[in-house]
Amino acid sequence: MRKITFFLAFFACCSLSAQDIPFIKSEQINYWKNADNDTLYVLNFWATWCAPCVEELPSFEKLNREYVDRKVKVVLISTDFKRNVETRVKPFVKERGLQSEVVFMNESNPNNYINLVDTSWTGAIPATLIYSKRKGVSLFFEKKLDYESLETAVKTALETGN
Amino acid sequence: MKKLFLPLLFAVAAIATAFAPAAAGYKVGDTARDFNLKNIDGKMVSLESIEGAKGYIVIFTCNHCPYAKAYEDRIIDLHKKYAPLGYPVVAINPNDKDRQPADSYENMQKRAKEKDFPFAYLYDDTQEIAQTYGATRTPHVYLLDSDRVVKYIGAIDDNSEEPTEVKEKYLENAIDALRSGKEVGVKETKAIGCTIKWKQS
Repeated sequence: MRKITFFLAFFACCSLSAQDIPFIKSEQINYWKNADNDTLYVLNFWATWCAPCVEELPSFEKLNREYVDRKVKVVLISTDFKRNVETRVKPFVKERGLQSEVVFMNESNPNNYINLVDTSWTGAIPATLIYSKRKGVSLFFEKKLDYESLETAVKTALETGN
Repeated sequence: MKKLFLPLLFAVAAIATAFAPAAAGYKVGDTARDFNLKNIDGKMVSLESIEGAKGYIVIFTCNHCPYAKAYEDRIIDLHKKYAPLGYPVVAINPNDKDRQPADSYENMQKRAKEKDFPFAYLYDDTQEIAQTYGATRTPHVYLLDSDRVVKYIGAIDDNSEEPTEVKEKYLENAIDALRSGKEVGVKETKAIGCTIKWKQS
């Protein structure tokens, strides 16, 4: 039931104007951070034009594949310009065949959500939050992660609070 | 592996105590250091060398970053508006040219010429100034008064993509407050930017 509620709430908040790239607002960050479930959220902030972001994407894709049955939810949150969602983000996601969920942060003022993600985040991308309210885990990285670092962080998070 | 574990353990410990490690660099109220960096015209520029300045709009920016590019025209306008009032823009590119060739000194000269930059556009070759100031992204603004005391840190305004839809001109509000001797209202804001391309040692 909880799962269904979450699912509904997610789509209630987000318009699907970009076909398969839902638009989210800053409240969605709070929603993920307050979700009282067993899911470990791996929220990655990126943009198609950000070289270090693009370089680390395969690590998140690999994590998404290998931890699918461990209740790890990878969300790639695009901070591209809105006018580029159709022209750049969607083609990019298709070309790369990204399997992780990709959403677009539809907020013109990042000052409204940066501190919601983590107060230590200065706004540089790539940035990644590994979070589970129930486990009491919050790991934040304002830098490019390789797979080893990412997996170590996720393993640490999964072992926390059990 | 060793390198990875320490920050990770620290991060986990930080969560447990709800303690966020203090970020390095300047905070509002700190006195910023001067510098002496090479301008696109080959001349060295320090804050002290700018005559008649009542303050300084120091902006870490670069050539390649789309968020920075989106602000180029607004930075030009800021300088045109505020330099005659004693608050010039001093733009600094801190990016490592080996990691981002588009941000080389030669490309800075090229971009400045294309856009006819009216302000100093300096190259922080050693990245020492960006590090000392605590800049992490481009663009990243530090508003200083005449004594180089930091009065505002953060974004230029609240909408990088659409200049016509800006509602809060954070930087201009701060400059106007400083000019009229008032306390700056919003002293710190955050924006998404391109991470500074630090040298890989």
